[in-house]
Amino acid sequence: MRENKQQLPETVERFLDSTLDSVDSAEELAVGMAQRAGFGEDDLTRIGMAVRESVVNAVVHGNRYSAHKKVRFSVGHNSHKFTVCIADEGEGFDFESLPDPLAPENIMCTSGRGIFLIRSFMDEFQMRHLDMGGTEVTLVKYLVSK
Amino acid sequence: MSIKLNTRQVGDVSVVDVAGRITLGEGSSALRDTMREMVGKNQKKILLNLGDVSYIDSSGIGELVSGFTTVTNNGGQLKLLNLNKRVKDLLQITKLYTVFDVHEDEAAAIRSF
Repeated sequence: MRENKQQLPETVERFLDSTLDSVDSAEELAVGMAQRAGFGEDDLTRIGMAVRESVVNAVVHGNRYSAHKKVRFSVGHNSHKFTVCIADEGEGFDFESLPDPLAPENIMCTSGRGIFLIRSFMDEFQMRHLDMGGTEVTLVKYLVSK
Repeated sequence: MSIKLNTRQVGDVSVVDVAGRITLGEGSSALRDTMREMVGKNQKKILLNLGDVSYIDSSGIGELVSGFTTVTNNGGQLKLLNLNKRVKDLLQITKLYTVFDVHEDEAAAIRSF
């Protein structure tokens, strides 16, 4: 069971450039807050990887590295859950039709595992199209077992 | 530098010692370039020593798969050595652990070619 050593809620929001440096920054920010929230090493690794994969998707597939587009990144926690929201300004995509990377015909594909890994590492993962354009993903990890 | 690659020869096996982060960008590109160079030189027996890999993301996994396919299509073999828990867990989660021939001992890995 994970203990919440830090009871005070904390929330941070950033608007990141669509670069790979932003991926590192976002991961570092999220893992730091998750550590303060009381997650252990294994969960910190999972959260870091999930955040990295999500921000990469926003930078690479959503915003296509555009200097004119930002990634909205927010991370926060309260006494029972840790939440990360990442939004891009891209064209959006059909996330209902993502191929299954575990299907035999896809096992040897060189890409397409990011969202699968995010779902594997987090307790909840949601995607939605934004009215103003773009895609927002929400990652949740619970501090105390449900 | 986020990744460091060192290639050495043990008999007819090319051992690539990988250290650092195999992530989208510098890390995955460097691994890709090294693999292509080795295939270009018609290297048939390649052992990736991942013992000092601190981090790998889905792009890094993709480069391992790409390297495996390229080497295999060239009539060669690509094997993995010294997976740490993180890499091993990722390969297991993605059902790739059984695709690769994974070893924990270099001498045994060399003999297996």
